[in-house]
Amino acid sequence: MPLVKIRDLHFYRGDRAIFDGVNIDIHQGKITAIMGPSGTGKTTLLRLIGGQLRPHRGTIEVDGQNVHKLSHTELYELRKRMGMLFQSGALLTDLTVFDNVAFPLREHTDLPESMIRDLVLIKLQTVGLRCARDLMPSELSGGMARRVALARAVTLDPMMIMYDEPFTGQDPISMGTLVNLIHRMNEAMELTSIVVSHDVAETAEIADYIYLLSEGKVIEEGSPVKLKRSSSQWVQQFMQGLPDGPVPFHYPGTGFSDDLLSPEVSA
Amino acid sequence: MMETIRSLGIWGLNTFERLGRGHLFLLHLLTGIPALFFRFSLVIQQLYSVGVLSVFLILISGLFVGMVLGLQGYNTLVDFGAEESLGVLVALSLVRELGPVVSALLFAGRAGSALTAEIGLMKSTEQLSGMEMMAIDPIRRVIAPRFLAGLISMPLLAAIFSAVGVFGGFLVGHGLLGVDDGAFWSQMQVKTDWFDDVFNGVIKSMVFGFVVTWIALFEGYDAIPTSEGVGRATTRTVVHSAFAILGLDFVLTALMFGDE
Ligand SMILES: Nc1ncnc2c1ncn2[C@@H]1O[C@H](COP(=O)(O)OP(=O)(O)OP(=O)(O)O)[C@@H](O)[C@H]1O
Ligand SMILES: [Mg+2]
Repeated sequence: MPLVKIRDLHFYRGDRAIFDGVNIDIHQGKITAIMGPSGTGKTTLLRLIGGQLRPHRGTIEVDGQNVHKLSHTELYELRKRMGMLFQSGALLTDLTVFDNVAFPLREHTDLPESMIRDLVLIKLQTVGLRCARDLMPSELSGGMARRVALARAVTLDPMMIMYDEPFTGQDPISMGTLVNLIHRMNEAMELTSIVVSHDVAETAEIADYIYLLSEGKVIEEGSPVKLKRSSSQWVQQFMQGLPDGPVPFHYPGTGFSDDLLSPEVSA
Repeated sequence: MMETIRSLGIWGLNTFERLGRGHLFLLHLLTGIPALFFRFSLVIQQLYSVGVLSVFLILISGLFVGMVLGLQGYNTLVDFGAEESLGVLVALSLVRELGPVVSALLFAGRAGSALTAEIGLMKSTEQLSGMEMMAIDPIRRVIAPRFLAGLISMPLLAAIFSAVGVFGGFLVGHGLLGVDDGAFWSQMQVKTDWFDDVFNGVIKSMVFGFVVTWIALFEGYDAIPTSEGVGRATTRTVVHSAFAILGLDFVLTALMFGDE
């Protein structure tokens, strides 16, 4: 019984199908990676799972509950057990690093301030930013902000956590630490993780299962070993980051030469 | 021709859709109000940034409006030999009309636009969706305290405006133009009715506070999450608030004083 079960997912932005019949299973206690070219809808997928967007067709079940059939209160109860790391960090800009990490605890629990302090410092220590606790979000670099957001996402000890690009903007050292951290948290806390990432090597290192998305479909799925051995040209190109091949780099539309030669001048 | 009709239709539909969303938003935020009485510190923070920071502007504007009223009123009244009634004129103009209306317009420009920009920026930097994913309802946690603060601040600011205005009128009337100060105050006290004038004025400013804060918060929450979108939303807050204040003022005045 998978923790997250996505069936026949359809989602459109205007006329463009972002998802066109996608099935995904996320298993409890495992790290599942979602990969795919930029703009395929990985962030959109996480928002659909979190109930912030509504699919046009298909169902998404988290822990046996259909996310889009829940009442407001039930959805919020469910979200308390899901952590999400936003691509941008999404820190509250009027609070310090410490208060940002303490925020979910203060909102959802009645813990005494001394205990909140301990919990927050533990989380900040794990991301290496304990001594940056008095900084404001505007004083952090992008990579630091994302690490604070990671600490915040795990303060409530969720059953599942969704990471949107956790590795971008990290230097090799903090990247290594983060990869380790995600891996360790998964084992120690029996967490279920969904990692969205472009960093093929790092992700393949810790992922138990990988889904490759492109143009609204799951192109390939399987363990990292299986994908690396895949005979599909597409998969090989993506996993090895080759510039030429079937994966389009361009946003879909008319051909470049047609565009250059077309007489239409808009200005 | 067809194009014009079509775009008119689209415009109409969009307007109604926005109105509908605005009302749903209001209902949603009102459900967050009761919980605030157990966490009043959230409202106090907002009372400071919405209310207290507007006080200086209100003080200065009220003083000048009152002084102008004193000058203009005296010029008119002196022709009828009724300059003793200057206090009444100043006080009634302020308490019934200018206090609520001008302070609401200033409030929309100072606090309303700031609220829209703040909420709009929080939206465009994903702070609001971030809260949603932490299972914290941003409408109840962020919007509702600001709404309550606007609701509380507006009548108080209007009262400050009127009080300072009366003082300004007195400064000009007595100090500059030599109206007898006893007559100024006593006529004012006799002719100003608690219920008819003061209470109705307070009701007006409560209505304006409600509408301006609602518009400001909704525009921010509904803004297109880009710098241009937030900029446009801020402008709309000021423009729509001005329309709403002046239109509602007419309706309220007709209801309150229309049958005299
Ligand atoms: N608010 C929106 N309105 C319209 N289209 C949108 C909106 N947000 C995203 N899109 C479109 O949906 C598609 C998927 O966006 P999404 O952010 O999910 O991509 P992504 O896979 O996360 O990309 P990246 O790896 O670059 O973060 C994009 O092509 C984008 O054009
Ligand atoms: Mg993304």
